[in-house]
Amino acid sequence: MTTHEDQVRDPAHEALPSPHRRQALGWLSAILGALSTTAAGLPILGYLLSPILRTPKNEWIDLGPIEKFPEQQTRLIDFVDPLSRPWDGETQRLAAYVRRTGGEKFQVFSVNCTHLGCPVSWFPQSGLFLCPCHGGVYYEDGSHASGPPPRGLFAYENRVKEGRLSIRAGRLPTLQEPA
Amino acid sequence: MRSPFGTVFSWLDLRLGLRSAVWPILTHPVPRGLGWFYVFGSATLTMFTLQIITGICLAVVYVPAANDAYTSLLYLNNEQPLGWLLRAVHYWSASGMVVMLALHATRVFLMGAFKYPRELTWLLGVGLLFLTLGLAFTGQVLRWDQDAYWGIGVGAAMMGRVPVIGPTLVHVLLGGPNIGGETLSRFFGLHVFILPALTIFVLVPHLYLVVRQGISSRPVPGKVVDPKTYAAEYERDLAEGEPFFPYDVSKDALFSALAVLVVFALAISFGPKGPNGPPDPTLVAAEPRPDWYFLPLFALLALSPPEMETAIMLVMPLVLVAGLVLLPFVASRGERSPRRRPVAVLSVVLLFVTYGVLAWLGAVAPWSPDMTAWSGTPIPPHMVKDLAPLQLQGAAVLQNKTCRNCHALDGEGGKRGPDLTTVASRLTRDELIRQVIQGGGNMPAYGKQLAPAEVEALVSFLGTLQTPGEPSPRAADAAAR
Ligand code: FES
Repeated sequence: MTTHEDQVRDPAHEALPSPHRRQALGWLSAILGALSTTAAGLPILGYLLSPILRTPKNEWIDLGPIEKFPEQQTRLIDFVDPLSRPWDGETQRLAAYVRRTGGEKFQVFSVNCTHLGCPVSWFPQSGLFLCPCHGGVYYEDGSHASGPPPRGLFAYENRVKEGRLSIRAGRLPTLQEPA
Repeated sequence: MRSPFGTVFSWLDLRLGLRSAVWPILTHPVPRGLGWFYVFGSATLTMFTLQIITGICLAVVYVPAANDAYTSLLYLNNEQPLGWLLRAVHYWSASGMVVMLALHATRVFLMGAFKYPRELTWLLGVGLLFLTLGLAFTGQVLRWDQDAYWGIGVGAAMMGRVPVIGPTLVHVLLGGPNIGGETLSRFFGLHVFILPALTIFVLVPHLYLVVRQGISSRPVPGKVVDPKTYAAEYERDLAEGEPFFPYDVSKDALFSALAVLVVFALAISFGPKGPNGPPDPTLVAAEPRPDWYFLPLFALLALSPPEMETAIMLVMPLVLVAGLVLLPFVASRGERSPRRRPVAVLSVVLLFVTYGVLAWLGAVAPWSPDMTAWSGTPIPPHMVKDLAPLQLQGAAVLQNKTCRNCHALDGEGGKRGPDLTTVASRLTRDELIRQVIQGGGNMPAYGKQLAPAEVEALVSFLGTLQTPGEPSPRAADAAAR
């Protein structure tokens, strides 16, 4: 007499899938897994690292007619960073020191101390830039006077065209990528 | 007849298996006589929990966009009901977390609890230490005020010194060519998603190992750790031990509760930190200062000689990490008691003293010029009384040429350079002239900034600054002529 149960096969006796099939399945899952991880990972990595994939170059910024800057004086000016984003708010604006050395000759310094980037203040009375963080001091021509900074102030490239001064700026100046 | 509570509990327990899974962990035996030094780890965890809860609440209102972050902080401080308290608790419990973590790590180090078989627990703990500091730094940036703006600039400047890839690192860190909206978004992402997730990811195995390896017994001088005999000895300690719940856990709970109360007391009495001034890069009069836990670093960077600085900035952290990572492997056996480990005790003392001194220096910042002293701190009247016209003129030069920003008179003014109150007792007239004109030490050469007549006047004023009643080198100088 055959019952229904007799027809149900005992799983322990069931033939295992061939070793080849198992191996192939293992490989396939590994390959597909690697592919899908790469597919998902690439855009994430690319997105996170995007600031290096497109490092914008400093741009020319018009600072106005040169008559604004009296000879032999240093002026603190501010401008809108051309590389900034619309939602940067206050940080859209940047500051710089403009020194007219004579005629159409200018020096334009970043306000960032070359030591660790704190904002230096200009003292016309003594003709010195002083850094509030660790007391770095620079002379009026931007050269290092005393304190921890390893070099003089970062100077932006500048040019005078048709009586107007412009500088190339936008990137945060650092020791290896000065201005 | 079961109580309704019992019915609910057994319904849940059948599904969750809590009784069989959690109960043994709660009641696992711990060695006897652990004392009160073992409570700092759980207090750190409590502070972390508090951070998560207050942090989520803050994130609901805070706007992580550069143009609105500052306003949203002001809104939290002034308008949002209890917003100020949440911010204050979040700040103070961050400090609490750092303090508790430092105490916990010190305890583990001093009692040799990192030794066999708890090396991995220590390693994960080291990870947690750096994650916590990462959370602290990124949190400070989210404050998006002047300190935050220039603080992230300092971070970028340090990264920019890494050889070769420095500039690249800076751009990745800032999320763009300069500090702006993308910087804030990146730090928000780090602070509220990535670092907390990583922290929990490391914390879970850390806690698992604490339970798995058991709490280390009290160190006994002379009882050395030897992997061969360790297991048997620890079994014996446990056999004499007591269940973690409810005896030892209550010490943890009591201390944690106290810690939370202290955090609340601090939060209520001191309020939230900042924001101190909008993050406007054109306001260059800012005098940025980091949060207290980074003050020693701030100080170290001011005090280290410029030639060695890059090395200190880049190599020191690596040495520190390597030391912490290697520690449980180079010292995995032997004595555990601090009484038999003078080197360990000494290094802890040294570390804490150095940290404290540097933090104190960082707080009072003697090397930072006082940027307003030249105009805001007049020369004490008794110093200008009875002066000859030339000397008076010299006093005016001293003031106008911003010397006071670095030099104090009678303790008032900058402390970057030496106090000049009795300078003529130390230096002769020629030395004064040389110092003024050529600079030296940490002083810029003023030769270019002063006319000869101004130098003359300045030095004649400085010549009056001597200890009363003491023969000055200047007098001897004059007599020799
Ligand atoms: S940042 Fe200017 S001296 Fe350190």
